[in-house]
Amino acid sequence: MKILVCVKRVPAPGARINITDDGQAVDTAFLGFTVSPHEECAVEAAVQLTEKYGGEVTVLTLGPPEAEEQLRTAVSVGAIKGMLVPIEGGEWDPQRTAAAITQSIRQLESTEGAYDLVLFGNESADSCGYQVGVRVAYALGRPMVNGAKGLDVNEQVAVVRRESDAGQEIYRLPMPSCVGIKEGINLPRYPTMKGRLASKKAEVSRVVQEAPVGGLKMVTLQRPPERVSNTQILGTGPEAAPAVVDLLVELGVLR
Amino acid sequence: MSEIPSRAKCVIIGAGIVGNCLAGHLSALGWHDMVLIDKGPLPNPGGSTGHASNFIFPTDHNKEMALLTLASQQQYIDHGMNNTCGGIEVARTPERLEEFNRRMTSATSWGIDSKLLSPTEVKELVPFINEKVVLGGFYTPSVSVVDSLQTGTLMRESAVKAGHLKVFANTEVLDLETDNGAIKAVVTNKGRIEAEYVVIACGVWSPRVAEMAGANIPLTPAVHQMADVGPIDILQQSNAEVAYPIIRDMDTFCYERQTAGSMEVGSYAHRPIFMHPNDIPSNEESALSPTELPLTQDDFDPQMEQAIELMEMLGDAEIKYAINGLLSLTPDAMPVLGETPEVKNLWSAAAVWIKEGPGIAQLVAEWMTYGYPHLCDPHSSDISRFYAHEKSEHHIYARCAEHFNKTYGIVHPREQWASQRDMRRSPFYAREEALGATFFDARGWERPQWFASNAKLMDKFKDACEPREHEWDARWWSPITNAEHLQMRESVGMVDLTAFNEFDFTGPGAMAFLQYMCVNNVDVAVGRSVYTPLLTPGGGFRGDLTIMRLGTEHFRVITGAFDGGRDKYWFTRHMPQDGSVTFTDMSSSLCTIGVWGPNAEKTMAKATMNLDAEGRLVPFDVSQAAFPYGSVREVLIDGVPAWMFRISYVGENGWEVYTKMEHGLRLWDTIAKAGEEFGIIPVGMGVYAVTGRIEKGYRLMGAELESEYNPVEAGLARPKVKSTDFIGKAAYLKAREEKPVATMCTLEILDHSSKSGIKRYPTGGNEPILTKTGERIVDAKGRVSRVTTAGAAPSLGTYLLLAYLPPEHAVEGNELRVMYMNELFPVKVARVGSQPLFDPTDARMKS
Repeated sequence: MKILVCVKRVPAPGARINITDDGQAVDTAFLGFTVSPHEECAVEAAVQLTEKYGGEVTVLTLGPPEAEEQLRTAVSVGAIKGMLVPIEGGEWDPQRTAAAITQSIRQLESTEGAYDLVLFGNESADSCGYQVGVRVAYALGRPMVNGAKGLDVNEQVAVVRRESDAGQEIYRLPMPSCVGIKEGINLPRYPTMKGRLASKKAEVSRVVQEAPVGGLKMVTLQRPPERVSNTQILGTGPEAAPAVVDLLVELGVLR
Repeated sequence: MSEIPSRAKCVIIGAGIVGNCLAGHLSALGWHDMVLIDKGPLPNPGGSTGHASNFIFPTDHNKEMALLTLASQQQYIDHGMNNTCGGIEVARTPERLEEFNRRMTSATSWGIDSKLLSPTEVKELVPFINEKVVLGGFYTPSVSVVDSLQTGTLMRESAVKAGHLKVFANTEVLDLETDNGAIKAVVTNKGRIEAEYVVIACGVWSPRVAEMAGANIPLTPAVHQMADVGPIDILQQSNAEVAYPIIRDMDTFCYERQTAGSMEVGSYAHRPIFMHPNDIPSNEESALSPTELPLTQDDFDPQMEQAIELMEMLGDAEIKYAINGLLSLTPDAMPVLGETPEVKNLWSAAAVWIKEGPGIAQLVAEWMTYGYPHLCDPHSSDISRFYAHEKSEHHIYARCAEHFNKTYGIVHPREQWASQRDMRRSPFYAREEALGATFFDARGWERPQWFASNAKLMDKFKDACEPREHEWDARWWSPITNAEHLQMRESVGMVDLTAFNEFDFTGPGAMAFLQYMCVNNVDVAVGRSVYTPLLTPGGGFRGDLTIMRLGTEHFRVITGAFDGGRDKYWFTRHMPQDGSVTFTDMSSSLCTIGVWGPNAEKTMAKATMNLDAEGRLVPFDVSQAAFPYGSVREVLIDGVPAWMFRISYVGENGWEVYTKMEHGLRLWDTIAKAGEEFGIIPVGMGVYAVTGRIEKGYRLMGAELESEYNPVEAGLARPKVKSTDFIGKAAYLKAREEKPVATMCTLEILDHSSKSGIKRYPTGGNEPILTKTGERIVDAKGRVSRVTTAGAAPSLGTYLLLAYLPPEHAVEGNELRVMYMNELFPVKVARVGSQPLFDPTDARMKS
């Protein structure tokens, strides 16, 4: 079974995100980088499938040259090799990205045969476009389901589970097909020290792609207003109970 | 939460291990009306304390650091926050096994129970280690893991409970206000606090905060990488926070320390990675904390390979947490403590690691309370030790880059810096270089240690110039020193002493001021000098120097390169502010040549002239009768105006000759030419600072003379005490009344033969003096007997050690042992007190 996972290098979350003075980019001076969380889960899902059914996982990314680090991270948790589509001068729009990835997949498949599954993250953690996976699937003429919270394979059919308010949706997709994975489908493993060391030796190819600029243009980035939260200590021990009751009454929880 | 107060006696900035413990100690010493602030939240405001590995290996070759570490460990024990797990340093190289012998020696000095292990014995204690890559281990059962956050919290809360301290977290310092050179107020984002004292205990941020007041705390934030890997079955099954001894894989500069079910792997092997304090992210901007930065993985990869080689199980463990952790590094790898020289009552307690934190907090609290610490002499941690060039970012980065990878290194006691050399050169440098000088660094000064040009003398003094058989003993040493020594004693030598500091004190208040600073009477005749200790308020040594009286209201202090900064601070800090005394640092204006030996007088007689009463140039009478020992004269040497000061630190007739820097080279050439017919040679510091000095039993500040010891014990008490008051007088008078519990002694090595048959020569790095049966010797004040200086005595044909001994052992002829490289060598007490072994009556200097 051959699976390709498309990942994106994004700033590691967890801290206040600063924006450069010109409003055109995230200031990454203090930030580490990671694979976008949905895609981390996609890599884990792919690795689990190959562990179960055999096969191999390849990872692909479009991004700055430093994104090689994210490909090796994916290798360190079970992928076999990676392909980097290097770009310069800031992020590409979704159409352009999708076109370049489509070309890359076609190139890879022309020499290595078709991928049974091409996995994406549901959306990237930074720009959240929700577009690239769908555009690639459309261009390749393959079925796609987004928002996957479950994924298994049964005789050349991908079985995808989605969650909705009403319950669960189960899809069966003839392979080759594309799936957009959502965080929560699994708990991604950490790399082991051996995995990390092995990933340094893994093959990572670089293929430059040209693609036309698409229609989406970022005007400026703005920070949302800081959420101000006030913490008031009502007291400690049993003495605090009346104050807690008063507050609950005030909030309408108690009458 | 209460409002930030507008006034406080003392504001402590920083609630890490140091600030917290300092608040506790100051409170216990009676300080109140204190405020502790930190820009981060409590209990972990985000500094280095929050991510520290928290383990303590107590053995250190440096006495100050060893005592501070032991004191800290005791405080962690007292708080119930010390988890003893044992620790093993493992060797992968034969050199490291040798180093373990040295560590055993230092462990013995400080009373730390340790032992050497075979690879099999290491395996018995740590079953998951690959003993095949290990040659041996140095095991210390008392190695422990401490809870530094909780200890700090308890210390802080003790001060709060006593009503002495108010604490404000999430409070950032915006400015430090000064007034007339003294700290005045701390401006925070929550308000302004006027304060009499301010302490900067901000770890990696300390330079930035100090700068707000115009002070300089020379340190750099630096990366120490670590990763937490797990879970690991055998560790989980231990069901304990730390069940197995901590492993320090010394030759890969790496450690493995259990944290419950995982292993923490830490490294000091990667390239030095520094950061400017202003570039550290804020708490809000940090994913983890400001001092836990994203791991730069490539730097860590080689460490992982080595770690897996040592413990195979680590390979399959998941890397759950990995950081570039920030800690503080200083140019000489020691902390930065004490009142900043720039701003009165602004204190630094920075560049401190967990293992020494509580002890240093105690030391700084004592310093602030008593005027000087009691715990131990802070000689090598004192912030005032730095010269201007040593505080620059350039110097800090260069030296820290050099020593970072020596954190687990094997560092020789005489080891020289490779970076930041040629920073200060005497005017004689070109001549010295041509003579093949091997230069040693003395706080930036390049000083010749010995001269290749004197190698030929080794034939003349063959018996005294045997090479040392062991490479360690011979490292940073040359037998040429012994040849230089004997040639000087036989004829005459000249020594470059330009690294001296010269401080001029002038004005109507100069004499009274210096009387207050010095033990001995400085009210001597113009043209005379006084050698004197400076004391701490507790009566221990604070300084040791010579003062010339050049005029009724003009005194010149001469002190060494390694104490110039500290002495300058001590004098200027106590100087009256009424304008009655003017201080001028002449150190960069003056150069100095020592000329000593039986032919020194003949040499100088040839070149020294002066003007007679009619203004005619006439030969100057340099005889002892006209120009006695201890006096200073202004002369012309081949036309160069100079001061000749008849004194000696090597026990020979002669002078320190001072002139202005620009005259220096001419002075050197003149003296060299004048002495040619007597076979004058250049003599290096190997003679001046070691062999010549030790034969005369002369004490050195920072070695024999420390604040833990007083002049009575050092054998430097004069028969009378002057009537005027001086710092430490009461304590000094008391010490004179008591029988000393230790006395400075000179010991002679009776047999250098080691078990391997090779002769060994102790380097003088705190080697313990033991009884014949190998027992430690500790005096009634708890101070251990150890070697403070060691060196050859070529004129006596022996090898000498200086050490303090308690009365029952301080008996001439008494046989004892010195431990060196974990072996015992027989020694004999050759002298109790200060009378020199060589030329006991000082006849050579005074006739």
